[in-house]
Amino acid sequence: MADPAGEDLAREDPAVLREYYRQMALIRAFELRAAEMYTRAKIGGYCHLNLGEEATVAGLTAALHAEDFLFATYREHGYALARGADPGRVMAELFGREAGLSRGRGGSMHLFDSQIRLMGGYGIVGGQVPLATGAAFALAYRGGPAPDAPAVMCLLGDATTNIGAFHESLNLAALWRLPVVYVIVNNQLGMGTPVEAAAAEPELWKRGCAYRMPGQRVDGNDVLAVRDAARAALDCARMERQPTLLETVSYRLRGHSVVDPARYRTAEETERLRREDPLPAFRHRLITAGVLDEETAAEIDSEADMAVAAAVDFADASPPPEGAALFDHVYATPAASMYRGLPGDPVAAPGPAAGPGPGSVGGPA
Amino acid sequence: MTTLTLSRALNEGLRKALEANAKALIMGEDVGKLGGVFRVTDGLQKDFGEARVIDTPLAESGIIGTAIGLALRGYRPICEIQFDGFIFPAFDQIVSQLAKMRYRSRGAVKLPIVVRVPFGGGIGAVEHHSESPEALFAHTPGLRVISCGDPADAYTMIQQAASSDDPVLFFEPKRRYWDKAEVDTEGGLAAALPMDSARVLVEGSDLTLLCYGPMVRTCAEAAVAAASDGRSLEVIDLRSLAPLDVETIFASVRKTGRCVVVHEAVVTGGLGAEIAAQVTQECFYSLEAPVLRVGAYTTPYPPSRLEEHYLPDLDRILDAVDRSFGY
Repeated sequence: MADPAGEDLAREDPAVLREYYRQMALIRAFELRAAEMYTRAKIGGYCHLNLGEEATVAGLTAALHAEDFLFATYREHGYALARGADPGRVMAELFGREAGLSRGRGGSMHLFDSQIRLMGGYGIVGGQVPLATGAAFALAYRGGPAPDAPAVMCLLGDATTNIGAFHESLNLAALWRLPVVYVIVNNQLGMGTPVEAAAAEPELWKRGCAYRMPGQRVDGNDVLAVRDAARAALDCARMERQPTLLETVSYRLRGHSVVDPARYRTAEETERLRREDPLPAFRHRLITAGVLDEETAAEIDSEADMAVAAAVDFADASPPPEGAALFDHVYATPAASMYRGLPGDPVAAPGPAAGPGPGSVGGPA
Repeated sequence: MTTLTLSRALNEGLRKALEANAKALIMGEDVGKLGGVFRVTDGLQKDFGEARVIDTPLAESGIIGTAIGLALRGYRPICEIQFDGFIFPAFDQIVSQLAKMRYRSRGAVKLPIVVRVPFGGGIGAVEHHSESPEALFAHTPGLRVISCGDPADAYTMIQQAASSDDPVLFFEPKRRYWDKAEVDTEGGLAAALPMDSARVLVEGSDLTLLCYGPMVRTCAEAAVAAASDGRSLEVIDLRSLAPLDVETIFASVRKTGRCVVVHEAVVTGGLGAEIAAQVTQECFYSLEAPVLRVGAYTTPYPPSRLEEHYLPDLDRILDAVDRSFGY
């Protein structure tokens, strides 16, 4: 942990520090409850948690301007919360309910909210990287460099740096000087495979060198270090159109997803994770520096619990989508021949314009 | 005979394949230490070593491309694509290289590569994790595309695929991984049905029900349900999607006069369309009704709360059977 004496804390606004703690506590409470809701079958699909990454989440989002665009991975619940999404609507999205951010159609891995410029979680590794590059291209078209020019932050996992699309995107961004910051949220495991077993250059930020892209590695458990590094990189993007490859190193406290028992982890590692858990560490740091007292910290924790309890109630009260909604939004314009072929539909078309010829059940004729 | 889950049967089959040929390798994301997301390769790295069961980086195009290079030098890679929807980064290597290289070299090279793909839905696993892309590969000349429907076939077909000198796309019905059945792990492969043959699973006289992979069990259940209505359905597990065992299909349809094709994949442009066209052409004078198709609607794979509305089930199969008899 940086600055055990608390000198750098002295330069910070105490209210801002408490806000970081509040965000981290909310994410922790939310994710623990999400895990519980998954085991109670309230959440379908897969569910990847930010447990252990709270400092990284709070630090990165603190560096973003409201006008900046964030492209996330499938481990993105915390980012939605930290950018200001209502916890109830995030939980409802996880539950697959109508009140969710995407009316239940996106789920845990695909949180999307253009209001807060969260341009999506992405359920497939690396899917977001070229997209974020394109969004940065759009920004470069629209306006010149300026201190308040919007930029793009693109999150990716450590294992994503091994896929082709990552390298293609970095090359384009550097070649065209796009206002984008790529952030490798290195939690040291690609599912069960350690970074060292998957990447020939395990200091992942160095992979930007091939594209003459500056970068650095920071302690992902240190919210201020993450924030400052991200802020500097975003400034570089805004004012110099120079993309950066930032790497934050932390460790997820649980398995890859809720269903992964993390059998690849030893008992010693699990014990070390408990010791290095960023949330109690930050709490302790703030209390030591006099920014927070035990009582206020307990208050913040309990407010987080209450907010999450309310989020669960809100999600529970929202209806699931109707079966017929399956066909909504497949095309933006009416698709005349899109036959549904539901059981009970007439087999032969009553007239020339409507529906299928005979012989098709369950799709267009 | 041993009782095995489909996942375990594949595991035993892969073990046999590694034992049978020292050039056989397994490679993929988290197939070693973790034993695969669905535990299909569980324990194999421990027993065969890291040189033969290889944990790769997350790089599907790289996995398939590297496997092709290994095969060019005499190895027999068995690759795992972790989920159906993850195969698309490797699509270029599969379609542009894997499928065409033998033809391009006029038979000078062979590519004995198996690409294992857990496919289909039914486990609440949403898009990228529940898809049925098999028709894209069946449409590509040069590839063999097969799918097992039960543990016994899983055990033999994965070994047959591993010993084939052609590239094989091996589609594993994800939601059936936990289905249990008796598997003969003592007998050799010699007596086993070849992997490119269809199997008449249930004999019947009134209607031919064609299926593969996850729909095999559902169709067998449909045959039981239809029997209580006095209808005798013949259920055929296609097993091989490319090439298709059309002789078995035609013989059955000529006997029954009715045909329904069932798959989880989207109906539009799916295998059902190809089968319907061929059956119509070859069995035209035997048909009492048009060939009907049951499959997924023309929408992307839905979120888990809508999955039950999307996937073909017993009701939709029996509805199609009713329609066929309505002619």
